[in-house]
Amino acid sequence: MRSIWRTLDRALARDIALVCAAGAVVGASFGAITVSAGLPLWLPMLLSVLVFAGAAQFMFVGIVASGGNPVAAVVAGLLLNARHLPFGFAIGDVLGGSRARRLVGSHLMIDESVAFALAQEGTERRRSAYWACGVGLFVCWNIGVVAGAFAGTAVNDTDALGLDAAFPAVLLALILPSLRDAATRRAALIGTAIALLSTPFLPAGLPVLMALIGVLVMLLGRDQAGSRLPERAP
Amino acid sequence: MTGAAALIVATVVLAAGTFAFRFAGPILRERVELSPRVEQLLAVAAVVLLAALVGTSALVEDQEFVGFARPAGVAVGGVLAWRKVPFVVVVVAAAGTAAVLRMLGVP
Repeated sequence: MRSIWRTLDRALARDIALVCAAGAVVGASFGAITVSAGLPLWLPMLLSVLVFAGAAQFMFVGIVASGGNPVAAVVAGLLLNARHLPFGFAIGDVLGGSRARRLVGSHLMIDESVAFALAQEGTERRRSAYWACGVGLFVCWNIGVVAGAFAGTAVNDTDALGLDAAFPAVLLALILPSLRDAATRRAALIGTAIALLSTPFLPAGLPVLMALIGVLVMLLGRDQAGSRLPERAP
Repeated sequence: MTGAAALIVATVVLAAGTFAFRFAGPILRERVELSPRVEQLLAVAAVVLLAALVGTSALVEDQEFVGFARPAGVAVGGVLAWRKVPFVVVVVAAAGTAAVLRMLGVP
């Protein structure tokens, strides 16, 4: 574990700390919103420790608080979290070798830790970025949720702070280096367009998965252009 | 309102399902050796998912257009990041743009 912190340079640590601080504020708003909706004090904390996925937690609480069926809340949350399946295939080797690392590391898999890992060069840097962001956000998010749940309505409008714009900007800044590759950029543009166009017709979570069609389009284009990637010997 | 027992069961089921999604990739990759081509494709897929997440979360909430302040903030952050401005400035500028626009009454 010590090597993880050794390879983490100061600039990367500062970037991750900023995202964690913003995460704590959003966590506080989650705690406050949940409790002020009349739900029990322990619910936001239990969700944040066990589920640890912001969008799904907000969705779950929104449905339950408005008198919706808990089964519907679970299904909606699972649809939002299904993207972790392809994420896990993409960065599964970043977590580390041991079974314990895989178990704990999987729970720390969130959009930000995946994006920070993808933005780094080399296995060691990817690994340290992933773990630092995952552990940092887990701690900050949960502290924020506890504070918000007890403080009640102190922080309930993160939109006034512009934090709803900060998180997409974080992910965008982290994927920009990957988007310098033309094929990746085309796949991302097609995928994002498909996601946006399908949003009015599909439940939340599915449009983002539909974006994977962009990868298929890229593959088909590549085959037509006569595979630009080196073929492996049979 | 839903009782405590139902809320606990629902939370545990959501947590278990979410963990299954998260754990499937790392555990399957332990067993299968992937070619560099497949590795690269998986990385592209993750970038495409994150890009779609940026697009949808910047523009849509509850299946409706969120208004102009949020996408404007994200766009300012995106341009600054593209110009290789430090990450901290990118994030603060994105949040600040959205916050100031809202203060001025932009939805």
